[in-house]
Amino acid sequence: MKTPIQFHLNGEAVATFVESGANLLDTLRETVGDLSVKGGCWQGTCGTCTVLIDGVPRLSCVTLAEACAGKSVETTAGLRRGADLHPLQQAFMDRFAAQCGYCTPGMLMAAKALLDRNPNPTRAEVIDALCGNICRCTGYEPIIQAVMDVAGSDNRRRA
Amino acid sequence: MLEFRKDIFADERDDSLVEIGQPTARQDILGHVTGTSPYYDDHRFANLLHLKILRSPHAHARIRSIDDSVAARAPGVKRIIRAADVPVNLNTLLSLIQFGKDDEPSLASDVVRYKGEPILGIVATSERAALEALALVRVSYDQLPAVLDVEEAIKAGAPSVNATYPKNTFEYYGKYDHQKLRFGDVEAGFRQADIVIEDRYQMSPIEHAPTETNGSITVPDTNGRYIVYTSTQALFFSLDTAAKINAVQSNQLHFIGGTVGGGFGGKVDTLTEPLCILAARLTGAPVRYRLSRHEEMQFGSPRGAERIYVKDGLAKDGRIVARSVRAYFDSGAYTRLSSYAVVKCVAHIPGPYTIPNVHADVYCVFTNRTPATAMRGFGVTALDFALECQMDKGAVAVGMDPLEFRMLNMYRDGDMKAHRREAKNCALIECAQVAAEKANWPLRDEFRRMSSRQGGSHERAGVADRSRTPQLASAAKPAPSTPPSPVPQRVAYERPTPAAPTRTAPPSPPPRSAPPSPAASPAGSTHGAPRFSSVFGTRRR
Amino acid sequence: MAKHRGRGVATINYPIGMNLGGDPSQALVHSNPTGKFTVALSSIDLGQGMKSVTRQICAETLGVPVEDVYVDTADSDTGPHCMGSFASRGTHRVGNAVMTAAREARAVMLEAAAEELEVDPGDLETDGKGSIRVKGAPHRSISVRDVAIAAQFRQGKTISGRGIFLVPLSDVDPETGEMSPATCYAHACLIAEVEVDDETGEVTVLKMTSAYEIGRAINPKLVEQQLVGGSWMGMSHALYETPEPYYPNTRDGARDFNEYLMPGPGDICPHDIVVLERPAPDGPFGAKGPGEMCANPVLPAVANAVFNAVGVRINELPMTPERVLRALKERGAAGPPGRTR
Repeated sequence: MKTPIQFHLNGEAVATFVESGANLLDTLRETVGDLSVKGGCWQGTCGTCTVLIDGVPRLSCVTLAEACAGKSVETTAGLRRGADLHPLQQAFMDRFAAQCGYCTPGMLMAAKALLDRNPNPTRAEVIDALCGNICRCTGYEPIIQAVMDVAGSDNRRRA
Repeated sequence: MLEFRKDIFADERDDSLVEIGQPTARQDILGHVTGTSPYYDDHRFANLLHLKILRSPHAHARIRSIDDSVAARAPGVKRIIRAADVPVNLNTLLSLIQFGKDDEPSLASDVVRYKGEPILGIVATSERAALEALALVRVSYDQLPAVLDVEEAIKAGAPSVNATYPKNTFEYYGKYDHQKLRFGDVEAGFRQADIVIEDRYQMSPIEHAPTETNGSITVPDTNGRYIVYTSTQALFFSLDTAAKINAVQSNQLHFIGGTVGGGFGGKVDTLTEPLCILAARLTGAPVRYRLSRHEEMQFGSPRGAERIYVKDGLAKDGRIVARSVRAYFDSGAYTRLSSYAVVKCVAHIPGPYTIPNVHADVYCVFTNRTPATAMRGFGVTALDFALECQMDKGAVAVGMDPLEFRMLNMYRDGDMKAHRREAKNCALIECAQVAAEKANWPLRDEFRRMSSRQGGSHERAGVADRSRTPQLASAAKPAPSTPPSPVPQRVAYERPTPAAPTRTAPPSPPPRSAPPSPAASPAGSTHGAPRFSSVFGTRRR
Repeated sequence: MAKHRGRGVATINYPIGMNLGGDPSQALVHSNPTGKFTVALSSIDLGQGMKSVTRQICAETLGVPVEDVYVDTADSDTGPHCMGSFASRGTHRVGNAVMTAAREARAVMLEAAAEELEVDPGDLETDGKGSIRVKGAPHRSISVRDVAIAAQFRQGKTISGRGIFLVPLSDVDPETGEMSPATCYAHACLIAEVEVDDETGEVTVLKMTSAYEIGRAINPKLVEQQLVGGSWMGMSHALYETPEPYYPNTRDGARDFNEYLMPGPGDICPHDIVVLERPAPDGPFGAKGPGEMCANPVLPAVANAVFNAVGVRINELPMTPERVLRALKERGAAGPPGRTR
């Protein structure tokens, strides 16, 4: 039994049919075709599949697709504005904050949620925002630095 | 937080390079930050089927019967794959390079030897349909006694884990249940020693935990070929393993990978490709076989546990005069790569120290647990833990600073190592000096002045220095015969015997000035003379 | 009840590559018609930077800018054989294969340029910026682009090269273990500072200081990635990780990341790293491989620091609070070695 749902994905209206019980991760990847969202555990424990729902970071693997009807969903595929990278994407590049790159989309979305809410976070606040996302390669330090760079640039702009 | 000490060894380096040494951005970084890097699962196919696996709930049991008749009629089920469907249902990973005997089925048919061992596969229109059908399969087992501890496993009367190796140890050279290392006279060394210390170390198993789990997608291609998108760490290794198990020619398989979400050794074992390809062959449809996180954690092979006993004989002045190691690698139920970890471990003993008397026996032991495999630092990580904890205890025993105690015993250019090769290109003393300086760890002057390039000699290892030509042990003996291999199962890596040794010229440009080291040896001499082998062509001694 | 500080050290070396069946890797390098190069491999990039390291090695050897080289991997139809990405073999083995292939391609490129400039190929050099010029007469030059066009359309030359690097198998003596296990070794010394809470048994790593010798850093930022990430993994192995907490008993095995513990971004510590480079005689530009060894010194350094802090030896990994507390209970007190009892 499939149910029709509509939501906004990165600002664009999306209408699709989902199986009862389908999660948002599978719906985005298999049905809508947004492959920027990665699955890491399908258990809600690694943060790899993090997306923003109405601006709040959510684990798409344990989010019912039907629950997203009418909501706004943001993924890494929507970070870029045309040819321009989002400042977080640029900072991740500059800081060598990705190795295998598999956790990167989830990290970016967790960081974006933080900076959208709090443009000038402390290091402790950055750590708090990232601590639900597992990275097995980097040891986290370059990721923290990348997010702090963007926070810092915002500080400079305001100063 | 990262700095270079370019002043050290500057005389051995040409630093006038253009691209080398530059902090160039990674080629793949734009793909990573835009979520467009193509991992194996980022390929989409219409009518993709999904393979899921029924796994043993017991550590050791005989399968009495399997009833999959209800599961076969479940919604969405396209095909059940049983042990009898696997064309070559016995393999060992290193059979490609003729190391070890085939000992592991892709699907267990009569006995399960670890909790999680694959028994049967279901191909269905969704992962959910496959999992729901798996729940309908009825298997009845007769449980067998299991052995889980490496030292219990090698006792007389222990349950036999692996039919290929009934004594629960891998067989080396057709005659030994362990790999030996013998250098000097370790008993004489212990008699000379003023202090003897001995301890037992236990490394935990470790899960690789890459954020992307193991998986593959097989797509039937035109002309009878199959395209396989894969997370493997070793493309041809997995291709040839999959071809062998499926009894197809290697050029019927087209493997595409190279962009992998972490591996750390956990994606060498070719866990998914053979059955994924078989499922695509049996259904004629594209099939994905992806491990769940639970499967990855418990049944994807871990870094094996290791138990290591170390005994050191020390002189009062801080020299280590004897070191004896006995170690057990927990291979789990099948060999995979642990047989080689043992060899690599033996080559690493006694660590980066020059010790005249060294003795080691290292065992690859089978137990009723998930087969172990390679992981970052394979064969060495646990040994380094044991040896470096032991070094700390040695320093306390002789009343020395732990770093100075190490430096006193560290290997230098020109020393003889326990595997009977001359040490060269050493740099550990310099690492110790630099780290100590950085951490404000006080070192006495004589230790600050030490050099890896000075003072090394064969005599330091108790070996007469015979003009740098190793005349030791087997070098003087006739060449050992090739290990017996009655039924060659070569699938790949065969090549004609080269007429001359294939050696690439040293790629570095000559150093700007000759190193002052008195221990500089003629190029190539430390590798010994190449000699002919009927199996592998030219070998290095 | 108190917190105790201590520090410990470990010094290690690590063999580059494996000694198993012979250890080869191959590479193909070719130019497109307008002088941009492709490296075809079957080697795997699982995050360690295979594509980037081989790209820089190829560019340096060809004498062209790194932007003019692209590494295409891994496709079994187009990429020649590679054993795989393990044993810290990638930079050394694949790097050497790429160098050999790039040298062959460079030789053809210089021949083609020599024909265009009507000089001897031996009189030519690359400027690393996309041009080839006559030594001592830099005004006589030609772009790599024009050379490739000339080679393709006028001279009928393929600017391409093949490379293989093989470390042949070294037999192991069954009786003595005599063998040549590796052709070069990387080195490291690491000092860990820890704090041990004698009430909870928790060990916190406060700081790491290290020196790693890796032959040659092909790319210092990629080296940093390995050393920072690898030492994090070492700390994780030392204190947190196990899929079988009561090994050899299999009960309580971890099923998810709530049960399989690893340090998070809030558990990391400052790490001062110094890199030394003693070139390996057979490494590409002297490079060894930093990837596999970097976790290894952390495990014993932390264990030794725990001893230094509270006087107990933990010989089993991981050093969980439970193990530390049991060891403290057995010793009867926590404190620096030699001062208690």
